[in-house]
Formats: sequence, structure tokens, C-alpha cells
Amino acid sequence: MAYDLEFERPLSDIEKQIHGIERKGEKMKAEDRTQVRELRQRLDHRTDEIYRALTPWQRVQVARHKDRPYTHDYIKLMCDDFFELRGDRRHGDDRAILGGIASLDGKTVMILGNQKGRDTKEKVECNFGLAHAEGYRKAQRIMRQAERFHLPVVTLIDISGASPDLEAEQRGIAGAIAENLQVMAVLRTPVLAIVIGEGGSGGALGISVADRILMLEHAIYTVASPEAAASILWRDAAFASSAAEAMKITAPDLLELRLIEEIIPEPRGGAHHDHRAAADAVKAAILRNIGELERLPVEELLEHRYRRYRDIGAYTREPIGAASV
Amino acid sequence: MRDESRPALPVNGQNGLNGLNGRNGAHAEAATAATAATKALPRNLAVKCPNCRELLVGKDWEKNLRVCVRCGYHSRLSARERIELLFDDGSFEAFGSDLHSADPLSFVSRTQPYPAYLADYRARAGMDEAVVVGRAHMDGLPIVAAVMDSNFVGGSMGSVVGERVTQAIERAAEERVPLLIVATSGGARMQEGLFALMQMAKTAAALARLAERGVPFICLLTDPTTGGVWASFAALADVIVAEPGAMVGFAGPRVIEQFMHQRLPKDTATAEFALKHGMIDAVAHRRDVRPTLVRLLRMFGAARPA
Repeated sequence: MAYDLEFERPLSDIEKQIHGIERKGEKMKAEDRTQVRELRQRLDHRTDEIYRALTPWQRVQVARHKDRPYTHDYIKLMCDDFFELRGDRRHGDDRAILGGIASLDGKTVMILGNQKGRDTKEKVECNFGLAHAEGYRKAQRIMRQAERFHLPVVTLIDISGASPDLEAEQRGIAGAIAENLQVMAVLRTPVLAIVIGEGGSGGALGISVADRILMLEHAIYTVASPEAAASILWRDAAFASSAAEAMKITAPDLLELRLIEEIIPEPRGGAHHDHRAAADAVKAAILRNIGELERLPVEELLEHRYRRYRDIGAYTREPIGAASV
Repeated sequence: MRDESRPALPVNGQNGLNGLNGRNGAHAEAATAATAATKALPRNLAVKCPNCRELLVGKDWEKNLRVCVRCGYHSRLSARERIELLFDDGSFEAFGSDLHSADPLSFVSRTQPYPAYLADYRARAGMDEAVVVGRAHMDGLPIVAAVMDSNFVGGSMGSVVGERVTQAIERAAEERVPLLIVATSGGARMQEGLFALMQMAKTAAALARLAERGVPFICLLTDPTTGGVWASFAALADVIVAEPGAMVGFAGPRVIEQFMHQRLPKDTATAEFALKHGMIDAVAHRRDVRPTLVRLLRMFGAARPA
């Protein structure tokens, strides 16, 4: 559980001191134990301090942390049973989006999400989480099945963007995403989306049109990855941190802008420090929200969902701003 | 200041676009046959083709609807020019003109705040946003139209584009009048962050309702149609027609090449590529676009119960 991000340097320093003392093992004296206890308290305190004041760019790094729990981890930790549904029945089985039928405390749901891959082999297998058209079509197949059996849909979002490669274009990535937006908008069953890490661009939107959008405390959700946005805005991906700052991509910002419904608090130091605690929090949020959504008659649910998106937009009746001369 | 930021296109009811015809007086032949393929655009003396660099006589360039006679390059047109080219004279009536971008993120790019950036574009592009929507007629047939313009912030989709397009979709659904969207866009507008991304979902949701009502939706893809617009409403049309050579893709060839670290075939992410891979229905020369759309409107119109 090492603190390894750059802004966590003060924390890793304290950790080192603790390890230094603990290395004594049997030879640790009473005052050593006291010191360790004090250092641990200080570590917790400093962690809280630093994580309370994370900059948007620091949050991006937490959201992308290599040890952060992925969809597969959440499914393993949350579900009492899970059967994976594979393939889009048209072209292939995209490992960057996985999903299936699951049991959460005895409640059956369809769950699907982005998978980035932990080790090199898995990373390659799932294309570093960059989904292809067949991934979105598989997701659509799973969602339609959920509708047929009146099962709620839960999606876990963790993708920097859909795959920008030739095969994606050949197999119609844009159309596959567009279709999902439309299908999800009128899916006759509750849909809950949770951004667990990175929510990036159309690739994230393609499985996140929902009745409610929740975000983990340190997750981000953005129109384009900060790097892509910086190169579009300033022709230089090196300005990614400025883009992260300017685009209001953090959970607190998006809650304030009323683009999401709820923030799920993360364990101290981020979800990657305690997968179990993170999964418990996500599971509790899922069960509570699904319970609430299932109480609505389906027509009302659909009308709410339509209004949720219909009302998103920021405009004025008169042009604002004057041209610079 | 007020003058500079005044919307360039007419508000409800008044149609200032006729002015274009009047000024150059070059549409005499088009007025007679409503299905005629050619309606003239304003003239320049000489034009260099942006693609093959051939020097062309302005008159020929305009007569060929700004398509290069040598290489077939279809130049980009403004929304005004599109309207002029496609719709019956004076039939276009804009709505939604009173919607303007707010600045929900208080976005500052380098030193320029987003509102000033937009004001610059309004002054420069002669447009108040990247799309204009309204009612129109094509060969006497009523339609609701949304026409995009890549001169305004790259045709990017923010709140106003999303809202105007959604209003057009809803109006088409209410009045059961076919919807035509002329798309051109570089994607979502970064300066509006997630508000911009969510316009994709908003337009798609409205289109789901249009589809439930059985109202036809035709989309014309023009150069370039990429990113969030292609991955939302543009790809959801019942019939998709594109102009030759138009860039059509989710990522665009430059991004794909960077990502894959390799050179790609020349037609990657073009209209022809999209046709070959089954993403669109037709590629039509600019002179054939209007007749093609009219044919479709007639057949879809006849198919609908009275």
C-alpha cells in the first residue's frame, strides 16, 4: 500500500519512517511502538489533508492509479454470483467492456463496465481499456436482455475514450455508440451509471446514459481526456493539467453543476488503498439507488430520464461577451 | 459592440437569406425548375482549388457549386450557402435564434475567456452559432432542417447546438414533418466540458421519440463530420447521404495515424470509406444532393398514412 504518486511524497516519507522502525521486528521497544502509533496517526491526518485538497490534475492521477479497482474487481467483490455474457453475436468479444448477469445480495441485476487490464497480458487483451464497436454492441445486447427480463442495469465507467484506430472506424464505432445512446434513453428498466475511474468522452457516454449518474469521490468525467482536450484547445498535450483544471471534470465540480446525482466517498487515500471498502460503498449505493428507481412506474421513470437529459444545457437569451478588437 | 454580436441569421419569420440571391442575381434558371440541381452561389473572379491547387475561373467554380471541375473536391459551404443551395427560395424560417451560449464553466483558455472567444467568432464567421435550425421547403415539400456551419468554432457542438438540434427534432416529431440535418462538425466543444458531451445523449433521446412517431430523418454528411456529432445524431438517421471526399469518422485520420503509428490508406475516414464499410447509404455529388433528398422525401412522404 505504498504511496507512490508525486504529490504523495510527504506520505511516502512518513511510511518510510514507519517501515524503518518496524524493521526492528522483535527488537522494537515500547517507545518504538509509541512512535509508530504516532506516525500512523500523522500519516492518516496528512493523507486526509492532502486528499481533501486535491487539484483536478492530481485527481486524474488517482483516477488512473495502476492499483485502482477495476470493473472486474468490483464484480468479484460485490456479487454473490456472476455469469459473464460474452460477445456481440456479430463480430467478436471485446474484452474492454465486460458484463453479465449478477446477483447482489440476492438481487439479480445486469452489470457491465469498462475493463482496463491490470498486468501487461490483460492490458493487451483488453486494448488498455479502449473499447471497440463490438464492445458497445455487446453492451447493447446485455441491456436489451435486461429490459426483456425487467432487470435493472448497472454500468461501471472507467475508460479514457473509445479506441481511435482503423478497425474501430471499419466496424462503425461512432454508430455503435450513437445507437447505445438512443437505446439507453428509452430502455424500459432502471439504469444506473457509476464512474469508478475515468469517464472519457463518447466512449464513456456510450454506456452511461442513465436515470442517475454516480461518481466515486476521486473519479473524473470529461468531454475528452485532458491530453486530447489540450491538443484540441492549445495544440499541445503537455497542457493536460490546465485542461483538467479548466474543464471542471471532478466529482465535486460536476455535482455542483448538477450533471451527476451523487458522490460515493472513497476510503482514505483513494479506492486503490482498500478495494474491499470501495466495493462495499459502491454496492451499498447501487442497492439503495436501484431500490429507489424500481419504485417508479416505468413510464414515469422514462419521462424523468428524458427530462434529465433534455434539460442539460447552459444558454442565455442574449449573447454574452464582447469581441476583442 | 452590440452590432458585432448581432446574430447574422434572421430571427423568426423574416428571411434575410433571399438577399444573397438578390445581390448576385444569378439564380434565374433555378427558379423555374424546383428540382433543378443547380442554384448559383455568390461569385468570385478566380479561385484556387484548395485541394489540387488548380486555378479556376470563379464563374465556373460557382456554376459547379464550388466543386473543383478538375479534381472533384467539394469545398466547405457556410450554413447560409447550404440553405441557399438546398431549400426553395425564401422558404427557410429560422427558430431557436434567441439561444446563446452561456459560460457554465467560466472557461478561460490562456488569456481569453470563452464569452470573448465566442464574440470573436460571431464577428468573424457572420454566424451566431455552429447550427441554424428552422422550417423550410424542398420542391414544395415541408421539412424541419438543422444546418451546421464549420466556420463557427469548427462546427463544434455545445449547449446551443445541442438545444437547437433537439428543438428541431421535437418540432419535426410534433408536426410529423420530415427532419433533415446537414452535418459538419469537429466534435464536441471543449469549452463547455461535460455539458457539450451530454448534448449527444440529449439529441439521441429526442431522436428516439422521433423514431417512435415514424417521422423520417435524413442526414447529409458534409466535410468534416467527426467526433461527437457523428457518434450521436448524425449516425442515427434513417437515411445517410454524404458528399464525396467528406471526412467522416469518429477519430479522424490524423488522430488514428498518431495512435497507430502508421500511415493509413488515403480514403480512411472519408465518405467513400464509410460507404464501403456499411455506415452510410450513398455518396452524392453536390449537384445531385438536392434531387436525391427530394426523391427520398417524396417516397417517404407517400409511404406515410394520411
